[in-house]
Amino acid sequence: MAKDRKKIEFQKIGDLPPMVQSQRSMAANPTGSWRNLKPVINQANCIQCTICWKFCPDAAIDWVEDNPVINMDFCKGCGICAEECPKKCIEMVKEGK
Amino acid sequence: MKKVMMGNHAISHGATLARVQVIAAYPITPQTQVVELLSEIVADGKLKAEYIKVESEHSAMAACIGASSAGARAFTATSSQGLALMHELLHWAAGARLPIVMADINRAMGPPWNIWTDQNDSLSQRDTGWMQFYCQSNQEVLDSVIMAYKVTEKVLMPAMIVLDAFSLSHTYEIVDLPDQAVVDKYLPPFDFKYKLNVNDPHTYGGLTTPEWYMEFRVKMQEAMEQALVEIKKEAVEFEKAFGRRYDPVEPYMVDDADIVLVTSGTAASTARFAVDQMRKKGKKVGNLRMRLLRPFPFADVREHLKNAKKVIVVDRNISYGYHGIWAQEVKSALYGHSKVPVFNFIAGLGGRDIFPETFVDIVNKVKKLKKPDQELYWVEVKQ
Repeated sequence: MAKDRKKIEFQKIGDLPPMVQSQRSMAANPTGSWRNLKPVINQANCIQCTICWKFCPDAAIDWVEDNPVINMDFCKGCGICAEECPKKCIEMVKEGK
Repeated sequence: MKKVMMGNHAISHGATLARVQVIAAYPITPQTQVVELLSEIVADGKLKAEYIKVESEHSAMAACIGASSAGARAFTATSSQGLALMHELLHWAAGARLPIVMADINRAMGPPWNIWTDQNDSLSQRDTGWMQFYCQSNQEVLDSVIMAYKVTEKVLMPAMIVLDAFSLSHTYEIVDLPDQAVVDKYLPPFDFKYKLNVNDPHTYGGLTTPEWYMEFRVKMQEAMEQALVEIKKEAVEFEKAFGRRYDPVEPYMVDDADIVLVTSGTAASTARFAVDQMRKKGKKVGNLRMRLLRPFPFADVREHLKNAKKVIVVDRNISYGYHGIWAQEVKSALYGHSKVPVFNFIAGLGGRDIFPETFVDIVNKVKKLKKPDQELYWVEVKQ
Protein backbone atom coordinates (compact mmCIF):
# COMPACT_ATOMS: atom_id res chain seq x y z
CA MET A 1 0.00 0.00 0.00
CA ALA A 2 2.59 2.54 1.10
CA LYS A 3 4.36 2.43 -2.22
CA ASP A 4 6.04 5.69 -3.10
CA ARG A 5 6.25 8.38 -0.48
CA LYS A 6 8.61 10.74 -2.20
CA LYS A 7 7.52 14.29 -2.93
CA ILE A 8 6.29 14.95 -6.44
CA GLU A 9 8.71 17.23 -8.26
CA PHE A 10 7.72 19.35 -11.22
CA GLN A 11 10.06 21.39 -13.38
CA LYS A 12 7.62 23.29 -15.54
CA ILE A 13 3.90 24.06 -15.79
CA GLY A 14 3.54 21.68 -18.72
CA ASP A 15 4.35 18.77 -16.39
CA LEU A 16 1.34 19.46 -14.20
CA PRO A 17 -1.84 17.41 -14.44
CA PRO A 18 -4.99 19.57 -14.62
CA MET A 19 -5.84 18.84 -10.98
CA VAL A 20 -3.78 18.23 -7.87
CA GLN A 21 -3.06 14.52 -7.41
CA SER A 22 -0.59 13.18 -4.93
CA GLN A 23 1.64 10.26 -5.86
CA ARG A 24 0.08 8.08 -3.20
CA SER A 25 -3.13 7.15 -1.46
CA MET A 26 -3.93 8.64 1.94
CA ALA A 27 -3.14 5.18 3.33
CA ALA A 28 0.52 6.10 2.84
CA ASN A 29 0.09 9.35 4.75
CA PRO A 30 -0.06 8.54 8.51
CA THR A 31 -1.84 11.31 10.36
CA GLY A 32 -2.07 9.76 13.83
CA SER A 33 0.43 12.21 15.30
CA TRP A 34 -2.30 14.89 15.53
CA ARG A 35 -3.90 13.05 18.47
CA ASN A 36 -4.17 14.45 22.01
CA LEU A 37 -6.44 11.71 23.35
CA LYS A 38 -6.29 8.08 22.32
CA PRO A 39 -9.13 5.56 22.45
CA VAL A 40 -8.47 2.44 24.51
CA ILE A 41 -10.89 -0.47 24.10
CA ASN A 42 -11.74 -2.68 27.02
CA GLN A 43 -12.07 -5.86 24.95
CA ALA A 44 -13.54 -7.80 27.90
CA ASN A 45 -16.72 -5.67 27.77
CA CYS A 46 -16.89 -5.34 23.98
CA ILE A 47 -19.93 -7.05 22.42
CA GLN A 48 -18.57 -6.80 18.84
CA CYS A 49 -21.54 -4.69 17.72
CA THR A 50 -19.33 -2.94 15.07
CA ILE A 51 -20.80 0.48 15.86
CA CYS A 52 -17.35 2.03 16.48
CA TRP A 53 -16.14 0.55 13.18
CA LYS A 54 -19.10 2.04 11.34
CA PHE A 55 -18.85 5.47 12.94
CA CYS A 56 -15.09 6.07 12.70
CA PRO A 57 -14.85 9.00 10.25
CA ASP A 58 -11.32 8.04 9.25
CA ALA A 59 -11.90 4.29 8.79
CA ALA A 60 -9.13 3.83 11.38
CA ILE A 61 -10.77 0.86 13.09
CA ASP A 62 -9.93 -2.55 11.69
CA TRP A 63 -11.84 -5.74 12.43
CA VAL A 64 -9.36 -8.38 13.51
CA GLU A 65 -10.59 -11.84 14.54
CA ASP A 66 -14.03 -10.56 15.63
CA ASN A 67 -12.60 -7.65 17.60
CA PRO A 68 -12.17 -3.93 16.87
CA VAL A 69 -8.54 -2.83 16.68
CA ILE A 70 -7.71 0.86 16.32
CA ASN A 71 -5.02 1.78 13.82
CA MET A 72 -3.03 4.44 15.66
CA ASP A 73 -1.28 5.51 12.45
CA PHE A 74 -4.55 7.15 11.41
CA CYS A 75 -6.67 7.67 14.55
CA LYS A 76 -6.91 11.40 15.28
CA GLY A 77 -8.48 10.94 18.70
CA CYS A 78 -11.84 12.53 17.85
CA GLY A 79 -13.62 10.32 20.42
CA ILE A 80 -16.63 9.49 18.23
CA CYS A 81 -16.10 5.74 18.85
CA ALA A 82 -16.10 6.30 22.63
CA GLU A 83 -19.23 8.45 22.39
CA GLU A 84 -21.14 5.97 20.23
CA CYS A 85 -20.10 2.75 22.03
CA PRO A 86 -23.30 1.35 23.62
CA LYS A 87 -21.31 -0.54 26.27
CA LYS A 88 -19.11 2.50 27.04
CA CYS A 89 -16.06 0.27 26.85
CA ILE A 90 -13.88 2.74 24.93
CA GLU A 91 -12.03 5.21 27.11
CA MET A 92 -10.25 8.33 25.82
CA VAL A 93 -6.84 8.49 27.49
CA LYS A 94 -4.43 11.40 27.34
CA GLU A 95 -1.49 10.70 25.01
CA GLY A 96 1.87 10.15 26.71
CA LYS A 97 0.35 8.59 29.81
CA MET B 1 -39.43 14.00 -33.23
CA LYS B 2 -41.18 17.24 -32.37
CA LYS B 3 -42.86 17.53 -28.99
CA VAL B 4 -44.45 20.28 -26.94
CA MET B 5 -42.68 20.58 -23.62
CA MET B 6 -41.78 22.95 -20.82
CA GLY B 7 -38.23 24.17 -20.34
CA ASN B 8 -37.73 22.03 -17.26
CA HIS B 9 -38.58 18.89 -19.19
CA ALA B 10 -36.37 20.00 -22.08
CA ILE B 11 -33.48 19.85 -19.62
CA SER B 12 -34.52 16.39 -18.42
CA HIS B 13 -34.66 15.12 -22.00
CA GLY B 14 -31.32 16.76 -22.77
CA ALA B 15 -29.70 14.98 -19.81
CA THR B 16 -31.34 11.68 -20.82
CA LEU B 17 -30.12 11.97 -24.40
CA ALA B 18 -26.64 12.80 -23.07
CA ARG B 19 -26.82 9.48 -21.20
CA VAL B 20 -25.88 10.96 -17.83
CA GLN B 21 -24.83 8.23 -15.42
CA VAL B 22 -25.37 9.89 -12.04
CA ILE B 23 -28.06 12.38 -11.11
CA ALA B 24 -27.95 13.83 -7.61
CA ALA B 25 -30.74 16.14 -6.57
CA TYR B 26 -32.49 17.69 -3.64
CA PRO B 27 -36.19 17.59 -4.42
CA ILE B 28 -37.62 20.45 -2.35
CA THR B 29 -38.27 24.09 -3.36
CA PRO B 30 -36.55 25.78 -5.18
CA GLN B 31 -36.16 22.55 -7.19
CA THR B 32 -38.19 22.21 -10.39
CA GLN B 33 -39.65 19.44 -12.56
CA VAL B 34 -36.21 18.86 -14.09
CA VAL B 35 -35.30 16.15 -11.62
CA GLU B 36 -38.89 14.98 -11.14
CA LEU B 37 -39.06 13.82 -14.76
CA LEU B 38 -35.51 12.45 -14.58
CA SER B 39 -36.43 10.35 -11.55
CA GLU B 40 -39.35 8.88 -13.52
CA ILE B 41 -37.17 8.20 -16.54
CA VAL B 42 -34.60 6.41 -14.36
CA ALA B 43 -37.28 4.51 -12.40
CA ASP B 44 -38.86 3.35 -15.68
CA GLY B 45 -35.49 1.96 -16.75
CA LYS B 46 -35.32 4.27 -19.78
CA LEU B 47 -32.02 5.74 -18.60
CA LYS B 48 -29.32 3.62 -17.00
CA ALA B 49 -28.26 5.99 -14.24
CA GLU B 50 -27.89 6.20 -10.49
CA TYR B 51 -30.41 8.65 -9.09
CA ILE B 52 -29.19 9.85 -5.69
CA LYS B 53 -31.63 11.61 -3.40
CA VAL B 54 -29.63 13.86 -1.12
CA GLU B 55 -30.39 16.04 1.88
CA SER B 56 -29.35 19.42 0.44
CA GLU B 57 -28.07 21.10 -2.69
CA HIS B 58 -24.62 21.20 -1.10
CA SER B 59 -24.77 17.40 -0.93
CA ALA B 60 -26.16 17.19 -4.46
CA MET B 61 -23.05 18.90 -5.80
CA ALA B 62 -20.85 16.81 -3.48
CA ALA B 63 -22.38 13.63 -4.94
CA CYS B 64 -21.81 14.94 -8.47
CA ILE B 65 -18.19 15.67 -7.58
CA GLY B 66 -17.74 12.11 -6.29
CA ALA B 67 -19.43 10.61 -9.34
CA SER B 68 -17.48 12.74 -11.77
CA SER B 69 -14.19 11.94 -9.99
CA ALA B 70 -15.00 8.28 -10.59
CA GLY B 71 -15.41 9.01 -14.29
CA ALA B 72 -19.21 9.14 -14.50
CA ARG B 73 -21.16 11.73 -16.45
CA ALA B 74 -22.84 13.61 -13.59
CA PHE B 75 -25.80 15.97 -13.62
CA THR B 76 -27.89 18.06 -11.25
CA ALA B 77 -30.30 21.00 -11.36
CA THR B 78 -31.15 23.77 -8.94
CA SER B 79 -32.24 27.37 -8.51
CA SER B 80 -31.70 30.50 -6.40
CA GLN B 81 -31.02 29.64 -2.74
CA GLY B 82 -30.18 26.06 -3.72
CA LEU B 83 -27.42 27.28 -6.02
CA ALA B 84 -26.18 29.62 -3.30
CA LEU B 85 -25.92 26.68 -0.91
CA MET B 86 -23.75 24.86 -3.47
CA HIS B 87 -21.32 27.77 -3.68
CA GLU B 88 -18.41 26.17 -1.84
CA LEU B 89 -18.60 23.03 -3.95
CA LEU B 90 -18.88 24.95 -7.21
CA HIS B 91 -15.32 26.08 -6.53
CA TRP B 92 -14.38 22.50 -5.70
CA ALA B 93 -15.86 21.07 -8.92
CA ALA B 94 -14.01 23.62 -11.03
CA GLY B 95 -10.70 23.39 -9.12
CA ALA B 96 -10.80 19.59 -9.33
CA ARG B 97 -11.45 20.03 -13.08
CA LEU B 98 -14.58 17.90 -13.15
CA PRO B 99 -16.80 18.08 -16.24
CA ILE B 100 -20.12 18.30 -14.38
CA VAL B 101 -23.11 19.88 -16.12
CA MET B 102 -25.87 21.51 -14.09
CA ALA B 103 -29.03 23.38 -14.98
CA ASP B 104 -29.83 26.51 -13.04
CA ILE B 105 -33.32 27.88 -13.39
CA ASN B 106 -32.85 31.61 -12.76
CA ARG B 107 -34.94 32.48 -9.73
CA ALA B 108 -34.71 35.61 -7.62
CA MET B 109 -32.83 35.42 -4.33
CA GLY B 110 -34.70 35.88 -1.06
CA PRO B 111 -35.62 37.56 1.14
CA PRO B 112 -38.25 38.56 0.31
CA TRP B 113 -39.10 35.06 -0.85
CA ASN B 114 -39.87 34.95 -4.57
CA ILE B 115 -39.92 32.04 -6.99
CA TRP B 116 -39.90 34.08 -10.21
CA THR B 117 -37.05 34.89 -12.51
CA ASP B 118 -34.01 37.10 -12.26
CA GLN B 119 -30.33 36.41 -12.75
CA ASN B 120 -28.76 37.26 -9.41
CA ASP B 121 -28.46 33.59 -8.40
CA SER B 122 -26.29 32.46 -11.32
CA LEU B 123 -24.41 35.73 -11.73
CA SER B 124 -23.36 35.52 -8.07
CA GLN B 125 -21.49 32.35 -9.09
CA ARG B 126 -19.63 34.11 -11.90
CA ASP B 127 -16.14 33.62 -10.44
CA THR B 128 -16.39 29.96 -9.41
CA GLY B 129 -14.87 28.62 -12.65
CA TRP B 130 -18.09 27.35 -14.22
CA MET B 131 -19.03 28.04 -17.80
CA GLN B 132 -22.44 29.70 -17.99
CA PHE B 133 -24.77 29.43 -20.98
CA TYR B 134 -27.88 31.67 -20.95
CA CYS B 135 -30.69 30.22 -23.06
CA GLN B 136 -33.69 31.83 -24.73
CA SER B 137 -35.75 28.86 -25.92
CA ASN B 138 -36.58 25.37 -24.71
CA GLN B 139 -34.90 23.95 -27.79
CA GLU B 140 -31.72 25.80 -26.92
CA VAL B 141 -31.96 24.48 -23.36
CA LEU B 142 -32.12 20.86 -24.50
CA ASP B 143 -29.39 21.31 -27.10
CA SER B 144 -27.14 23.17 -24.66
CA VAL B 145 -27.10 20.29 -22.18
CA ILE B 146 -25.78 17.98 -24.90
CA MET B 147 -23.33 20.54 -26.26
CA ALA B 148 -22.11 21.44 -22.77
CA TYR B 149 -21.02 17.86 -22.04
CA LYS B 150 -19.05 17.83 -25.30
CA VAL B 151 -17.19 21.01 -24.32
CA THR B 152 -16.73 20.29 -20.59
CA GLU B 153 -15.30 16.85 -21.24
CA LYS B 154 -12.74 18.33 -23.64
CA VAL B 155 -11.50 21.13 -21.39
CA LEU B 156 -12.34 19.65 -17.95
CA MET B 157 -14.24 22.63 -16.57
CA PRO B 158 -17.85 22.36 -15.35
CA ALA B 159 -20.80 24.06 -17.07
CA MET B 160 -24.08 25.63 -16.02
CA ILE B 161 -27.09 25.82 -18.34
CA VAL B 162 -29.10 28.84 -17.28
CA LEU B 163 -32.74 29.55 -18.11
CA ASP B 164 -35.38 31.97 -16.89
CA ALA B 165 -37.86 30.66 -14.37
CA PHE B 166 -41.41 30.43 -15.75
CA SER B 167 -40.71 32.39 -18.97
CA LEU B 168 -38.88 29.24 -20.04
CA SER B 169 -38.96 26.73 -17.21
CA HIS B 170 -42.76 26.40 -17.14
CA THR B 171 -43.57 27.65 -20.64
CA TYR B 172 -44.46 25.05 -23.23
CA GLU B 173 -42.78 25.31 -26.62
CA ILE B 174 -42.19 23.04 -29.59
CA VAL B 175 -38.94 21.16 -29.08
CA ASP B 176 -37.33 18.88 -31.63
CA LEU B 177 -36.07 15.83 -29.71
CA PRO B 178 -32.97 14.60 -31.52
CA ASP B 179 -32.57 10.90 -32.28
CA GLN B 180 -30.54 9.06 -29.66
CA ALA B 181 -28.29 7.63 -32.39
CA VAL B 182 -27.38 11.13 -33.60
CA VAL B 183 -26.65 12.28 -30.04
CA ASP B 184 -24.55 9.17 -29.38
CA LYS B 185 -22.49 9.90 -32.47
CA TYR B 186 -22.03 13.54 -31.47
CA LEU B 187 -21.35 12.81 -27.80
CA PRO B 188 -19.43 9.57 -27.28
CA PRO B 189 -19.05 8.03 -23.79
CA PHE B 190 -16.72 9.93 -21.52
CA ASP B 191 -13.35 8.36 -20.79
CA PHE B 192 -11.84 10.32 -17.90
CA LYS B 193 -8.08 10.04 -17.92
CA TYR B 194 -7.76 11.21 -14.29
CA LYS B 195 -10.57 9.19 -12.71
CA LEU B 196 -10.30 7.52 -9.31
CA ASN B 197 -8.77 4.08 -9.61
CA VAL B 198 -8.51 1.70 -6.65
CA ASN B 199 -5.62 -0.10 -8.33
CA ASP B 200 -3.63 3.12 -8.61
CA PRO B 201 -4.61 5.22 -5.60
CA HIS B 202 -3.95 8.94 -5.43
CA THR B 203 -5.08 11.69 -3.09
CA TYR B 204 -6.98 14.40 -4.97
CA GLY B 205 -7.00 18.11 -4.25
CA GLY B 206 -4.46 17.82 -1.42
CA LEU B 207 -2.44 20.60 0.11
CA THR B 208 -0.59 22.60 -2.53
CA THR B 209 1.90 25.22 -1.40
CA PRO B 210 2.45 28.71 -2.87
CA GLU B 211 5.21 27.13 -4.96
CA TRP B 212 2.68 25.52 -7.34
CA TYR B 213 -0.84 26.67 -6.41
CA MET B 214 -0.75 29.57 -8.85
CA GLU B 215 0.23 27.35 -11.77
CA PHE B 216 -2.92 25.28 -11.26
CA ARG B 217 -4.91 28.52 -11.51
CA VAL B 218 -3.08 29.40 -14.73
CA LYS B 219 -4.19 26.03 -16.09
CA MET B 220 -7.82 26.76 -15.20
CA GLN B 221 -7.67 30.08 -17.02
CA GLU B 222 -6.08 28.39 -20.05
CA ALA B 223 -8.80 25.74 -19.97
CA MET B 224 -11.49 28.45 -20.02
CA GLU B 225 -9.77 30.23 -22.91
CA GLN B 226 -9.67 26.90 -24.73
CA ALA B 227 -13.35 26.41 -23.85
CA LEU B 228 -14.22 29.50 -25.87
CA VAL B 229 -12.39 28.02 -28.87
CA GLU B 230 -14.22 24.71 -28.37
CA ILE B 231 -17.61 26.39 -27.98
CA LYS B 232 -17.11 28.15 -31.32
CA LYS B 233 -15.99 24.89 -32.91
CA GLU B 234 -18.95 23.02 -31.44
CA ALA B 235 -21.34 25.67 -32.75
CA VAL B 236 -20.33 24.43 -36.22
CA GLU B 237 -20.17 20.73 -35.32
CA PHE B 238 -23.52 20.84 -33.54
CA GLU B 239 -25.11 22.52 -36.54
CA LYS B 240 -23.73 19.79 -38.80
CA ALA B 241 -25.23 17.09 -36.59
CA PHE B 242 -28.53 18.71 -35.57
CA GLY B 243 -29.13 21.63 -37.93
CA ARG B 244 -29.23 24.25 -35.18
CA ARG B 245 -26.51 26.75 -34.37
CA TYR B 246 -25.59 28.42 -31.08
CA ASP B 247 -22.82 31.00 -31.02
CA PRO B 248 -21.37 32.69 -27.90
CA VAL B 249 -23.34 35.83 -28.80
CA GLU B 250 -26.24 36.27 -31.21
CA PRO B 251 -26.40 39.55 -33.14
CA TYR B 252 -29.70 40.72 -34.60
CA MET B 253 -29.64 43.69 -36.99
CA VAL B 254 -26.58 45.18 -35.32
CA ASP B 255 -24.49 45.99 -38.40
CA ASP B 256 -26.24 49.25 -39.30
CA ALA B 257 -27.82 49.90 -35.90
CA ASP B 258 -27.24 53.24 -34.17
CA ILE B 259 -28.54 51.81 -30.91
CA VAL B 260 -27.89 48.22 -29.81
CA LEU B 261 -29.84 46.63 -26.97
CA VAL B 262 -27.70 44.04 -25.18
CA THR B 263 -29.81 41.41 -23.44
CA SER B 264 -29.68 37.83 -22.21
CA GLY B 265 -32.15 35.02 -21.56
CA THR B 266 -35.76 35.35 -22.70
CA ALA B 267 -35.59 39.14 -22.59
CA ALA B 268 -33.57 38.83 -25.81
CA SER B 269 -36.49 37.46 -27.84
CA THR B 270 -38.72 40.20 -26.46
CA ALA B 271 -36.05 42.75 -27.42
CA ARG B 272 -35.99 41.37 -30.96
CA PHE B 273 -39.74 41.73 -31.24
CA ALA B 274 -39.33 45.37 -30.15
CA VAL B 275 -36.44 45.83 -32.62
CA ASP B 276 -38.71 44.62 -35.45
CA GLN B 277 -41.40 47.10 -34.40
CA MET B 278 -38.93 49.98 -34.17
CA ARG B 279 -37.33 49.07 -37.50
CA LYS B 280 -40.75 49.33 -39.15
CA LYS B 281 -40.84 52.92 -37.95
CA GLY B 282 -37.38 53.55 -39.39
CA LYS B 283 -35.44 53.46 -36.13
CA LYS B 284 -32.01 51.89 -36.53
CA VAL B 285 -32.03 49.58 -33.53
CA GLY B 286 -30.42 46.15 -33.09
CA ASN B 287 -30.06 43.47 -30.46
CA LEU B 288 -27.07 41.53 -29.20
CA ARG B 289 -27.99 38.47 -27.18
CA MET B 290 -25.36 37.31 -24.72
CA ARG B 291 -25.36 33.51 -24.53
CA LEU B 292 -22.03 33.06 -22.77
CA LEU B 293 -21.04 34.70 -19.49
CA ARG B 294 -17.96 32.53 -18.90
CA PRO B 295 -15.77 32.14 -20.80
CA PHE B 296 -16.52 35.73 -21.79
CA PRO B 297 -16.58 36.32 -25.56
CA PHE B 298 -14.62 39.60 -25.55
CA ALA B 299 -13.83 39.65 -29.28
CA ASP B 300 -17.41 38.91 -30.36
CA VAL B 301 -18.81 41.66 -28.16
CA ARG B 302 -16.31 44.20 -29.53
CA GLU B 303 -16.95 43.12 -33.11
CA HIS B 304 -20.74 43.35 -32.95
CA LEU B 305 -20.79 46.64 -31.06
CA LYS B 306 -18.17 48.39 -33.18
CA ASN B 307 -20.68 50.28 -35.35
CA ALA B 308 -23.09 51.24 -32.58
CA LYS B 309 -23.39 54.88 -31.56
CA LYS B 310 -25.04 53.95 -28.27
CA VAL B 311 -25.16 50.67 -26.39
CA ILE B 312 -27.93 49.85 -23.94
CA VAL B 313 -27.45 46.91 -21.58
CA VAL B 314 -30.70 45.73 -20.02
CA ASP B 315 -29.93 43.73 -16.89
CA ARG B 316 -32.32 41.44 -15.06
CA ASN B 317 -30.01 41.54 -12.06
CA ILE B 318 -28.16 44.05 -9.93
CA SER B 319 -24.86 44.24 -8.08
CA TYR B 320 -25.92 46.46 -5.17
CA GLY B 321 -23.84 49.60 -4.93
CA TYR B 322 -22.66 49.13 -8.50
CA HIS B 323 -25.06 48.49 -11.42
CA GLY B 324 -26.14 45.60 -13.63
CA ILE B 325 -23.67 42.74 -13.99
CA TRP B 326 -23.89 42.25 -17.76
CA ALA B 327 -23.34 46.01 -18.15
CA GLN B 328 -20.16 45.65 -16.14
CA GLU B 329 -19.01 42.81 -18.41
CA VAL B 330 -19.85 44.65 -21.63
CA LYS B 331 -18.21 47.90 -20.46
CA SER B 332 -15.11 45.96 -19.49
CA ALA B 333 -14.92 44.36 -22.96
CA LEU B 334 -15.28 47.75 -24.67
CA TYR B 335 -12.89 49.71 -22.47
CA GLY B 336 -9.87 50.82 -24.44
CA HIS B 337 -11.41 49.52 -27.66
CA SER B 338 -14.39 51.79 -28.14
CA LYS B 339 -15.71 55.11 -26.91
CA VAL B 340 -19.36 54.17 -27.39
CA PRO B 341 -21.47 55.25 -24.39
CA VAL B 342 -23.01 52.34 -22.48
CA PHE B 343 -26.38 52.90 -20.80
CA ASN B 344 -27.52 50.45 -18.14
CA PHE B 345 -31.16 49.70 -17.41
CA ILE B 346 -32.33 47.38 -14.64
CA ALA B 347 -35.60 45.62 -15.46
CA GLY B 348 -37.72 42.64 -14.58
CA LEU B 349 -36.34 41.73 -11.16
CA GLY B 350 -38.23 39.07 -9.22
CA GLY B 351 -40.06 37.97 -12.37
CA ARG B 352 -41.67 41.29 -13.29
CA ASP B 353 -42.54 41.04 -16.99
CA ILE B 354 -40.40 42.80 -19.56
CA PHE B 355 -42.62 43.80 -22.49
CA PRO B 356 -41.68 44.91 -26.02
CA GLU B 357 -42.93 48.39 -25.04
CA THR B 358 -40.41 48.34 -22.20
CA PHE B 359 -37.60 48.24 -24.76
CA VAL B 360 -39.27 50.92 -26.91
CA ASP B 361 -39.49 53.20 -23.85
CA ILE B 362 -35.84 52.53 -22.99
CA VAL B 363 -34.70 53.34 -26.55
CA ASN B 364 -36.80 56.55 -26.58
CA LYS B 365 -35.23 57.66 -23.31
CA VAL B 366 -31.69 56.95 -24.52
CA LYS B 367 -32.32 58.83 -27.79
CA LYS B 368 -32.63 62.04 -25.77
CA LEU B 369 -29.33 61.49 -23.93
CA LYS B 370 -25.84 62.08 -25.34
CA LYS B 371 -24.20 59.98 -22.65
CA PRO B 372 -25.40 58.35 -19.42
CA ASP B 373 -26.27 60.91 -16.73
CA GLN B 374 -26.76 58.13 -14.17
CA GLU B 375 -24.84 54.91 -13.52
CA LEU B 376 -28.07 52.96 -13.90
CA TYR B 377 -31.72 53.56 -14.77
CA TRP B 378 -34.52 51.65 -13.11
CA VAL B 379 -37.23 50.46 -15.46
CA GLU B 380 -40.92 50.79 -14.61
CA VAL B 381 -40.44 51.22 -10.88
CA LYS B 382 -43.37 52.59 -8.86
CA GLN B 383 -42.86 56.17 -7.73
